[in-house]
Amino acid sequence: MSNHTDSPSDLTRRTLLRRTAAVGLLALPAAGLLSACVGSTDEPEAPSQYSGEKSADNPLGIATDKPVEIVIFDGGLGTKYATDVHVPSYTAKWPNSKVTFSSTQEVSTTLQPRFASNTPPDMVNNAGSKLMDMGALVGANQVADLSDLFAAPSLDIAGKTVKDTLVPGTVEAGTYNGKPYVLNYAYTVFGLWYSGKLFADNGWTAPTTWAEFTALADKMKAKGITPFSYAGANAAYYMYTVILTSAAKIGGPDVLKAIDNLEPGAWTNDAVKQAAKAWGEFSAKYGDKAHLGLKHTEVQLLQDQYKVGFYPSGSWLENEQAKDTPADFKYQVAALPSVTAADKLPATGLYAAAGEMYFAAANGKHPQAGKEYLRHMLSKAGAKGFTELTKSLTVVQGAAEGLTLSPGLASANAVLTAAGANNFNFRFDAWYKDLDLEARSATNELMFQGGDADKFVTRIQAAADKIKADSSIPKFSR
Amino acid sequence: MRQGKYPFVIGFLLAPVVLYSVFVLWPIFGAAQVSTMNWSGLSPKRDFVGLDNFSKLLADDKVWLAAKHHVFLLVTLPVITIALALFFAFLLNMGGGTRGGVMTGVWGSKFYRVVFFLPQVLAVVIVGVIFGRVYAPDGSGILNRFLHVFGVKDVYWMADYGLWAILGVLVWQAVGFYVVLFAAGMSSIPGEIYEAAVMDGASRITIFFRVTIPMLKETVKVAWVYLGILAMDAFALVMVLTIDQGGPDGATSVLPVQIYQAGILKSQYGYASALGVALAVFTIIFAVLSLRGGKRDAIEH
Repeated sequence: MSNHTDSPSDLTRRTLLRRTAAVGLLALPAAGLLSACVGSTDEPEAPSQYSGEKSADNPLGIATDKPVEIVIFDGGLGTKYATDVHVPSYTAKWPNSKVTFSSTQEVSTTLQPRFASNTPPDMVNNAGSKLMDMGALVGANQVADLSDLFAAPSLDIAGKTVKDTLVPGTVEAGTYNGKPYVLNYAYTVFGLWYSGKLFADNGWTAPTTWAEFTALADKMKAKGITPFSYAGANAAYYMYTVILTSAAKIGGPDVLKAIDNLEPGAWTNDAVKQAAKAWGEFSAKYGDKAHLGLKHTEVQLLQDQYKVGFYPSGSWLENEQAKDTPADFKYQVAALPSVTAADKLPATGLYAAAGEMYFAAANGKHPQAGKEYLRHMLSKAGAKGFTELTKSLTVVQGAAEGLTLSPGLASANAVLTAAGANNFNFRFDAWYKDLDLEARSATNELMFQGGDADKFVTRIQAAADKIKADSSIPKFSR
Repeated sequence: MRQGKYPFVIGFLLAPVVLYSVFVLWPIFGAAQVSTMNWSGLSPKRDFVGLDNFSKLLADDKVWLAAKHHVFLLVTLPVITIALALFFAFLLNMGGGTRGGVMTGVWGSKFYRVVFFLPQVLAVVIVGVIFGRVYAPDGSGILNRFLHVFGVKDVYWMADYGLWAILGVLVWQAVGFYVVLFAAGMSSIPGEIYEAAVMDGASRITIFFRVTIPMLKETVKVAWVYLGILAMDAFALVMVLTIDQGGPDGATSVLPVQIYQAGILKSQYGYASALGVALAVFTIIFAVLSLRGGKRDAIEH
């Protein structure tokens, strides 16, 4: 490096650098002032909101001449159900209230900054792999109470309130600490999916006892088919849903309630241990460790190629696989087989839940109109249109009547009817992300990496106890 | 000229300084500030909690596990990449022996240079997807297909050797850039030195270890810092390639993935920012140490 000390200028490179550094230092406090608005602790006041006069025709009191903004997740269900059914329904009723519609594939990326600055859209479909933490949103007072929506009269079912038209348990599924905040719109049945054609060709029937299950697995294995599999790379939660479903059938639905409420010993409960033992041993005998490294789409494709017998999933599966499924594949679903003869619930017991979250933002410009949009979704016509376009059931009772159902959907409907009141679900995965992540890891270990049931339950129990003791995590109960 | 000098210089500096302040310094200070708060990221409400996030971080086993993986990458990635890159660069520049006293590269070295550099221009996510096929655990994986030829059974790359597999991709992608970097460094070494070495009867191997490497010391040091910073990242590859994004069971977890999980998945922006600050400090310490280590005057030539 040369230093031109003989230069006519006194502004050498070195002094220039030194002075630049000084300018940089001067700039720092200015940057600090700028960042003051990043880290401001003052809570801005809620923006002024539109509202109108409540009447029999306008039970939620929307401002009929003011716009409403909705954002839909563009995923497995698409957006056609919104643009072709729900938006036109709303616009037909309120022609002067303009609907600003948009969709996104990354809900959190698009909307999180808008919530942080208190300028959210009025109605949000919170879904997908990048959904916003619903519990945290409710905890941050960003979600509007839907009590008035559920008490309002239904749009097209005369004489009934919105709540009366719904499948029992729907309101509860969106309730956080006693208040309904979220509409879970799609009704999902979770069970073991298989090909009706494969089973018919081989004269197999869906098993109801564990002995039948293993006997069938032996037959499948003899034919070179992996009897049962899930995708470890990104869908381990399908598998812990299976284990917990078995646990609920062994010990009754209260097992799941205790888990949701973070009760001491909820995971180390005998029913959970028994279920984990049964599935862990099954996987050790019939599983294929290669599937630990596969994604859900890859395992689902293997099933469509008749290389996997049973696949645990929800009723969205048929629609998700529509373009890869052979025409005569005929998706069917069965409830999980009983693990023991002494199971508290019958073999028809089923994991079924209202899912796919929709909510009105408390700090939106026009939250009542957001709720009004939800009322249009919950109309019989709105729900029927949704089922038609997405092959998914909704929480609106009887909305699928008169529709020609696809094989998978018809099968889902049938097992749901057979289960009767014996359907149940859990919610800890949406409430406590840490617990969900730990359960995924523990499940992969149990099923593929030489884990055992004791280790499975103790490690998840430890994670649950840790969450319970952490005061910074908002708690929920049911 | 002398009179108008300062306005002239300041005029040039003002724009970069403003841009730098707004797009670099401001976010850094913002993140540092958020790291002392319990912000969920979902509402404007946030409270100052002092260093709580940092004490939580120190008590978090997953953070320590990720730090361990960074240390592993920090040691292996630069060593393997630099060794390979030096070797290839030497072959490209001097592997062909001497021709009229001038060192030449192996036959076709211009073509190889392009081939080596090719992975560098691919987006990391695309590399991830490609290697998803290479490492596929069943018979459809390229590596497993290859191993079948030798009668080796399926290897579960991501399940059993996750971190090594990630290391392999990082090296594969980085090596080309450092080949070019070192090749440029080698061509700036004066020919007379080689000429003298050849005349003294030095073999190619001696020339490599006794002449080339000492003359390239500064370049290697810079490469070490770059690769170290790369080892602190690895975010995209881990997200795309590994089981359960950092699994199985945390086996491939790295700090940027933990930041993503804390911020985006768990809505703990305060904690995520604290992790980010810790990662930045970790990186700066590493860079300072490696630039200071073995400091020696550059050889004048």
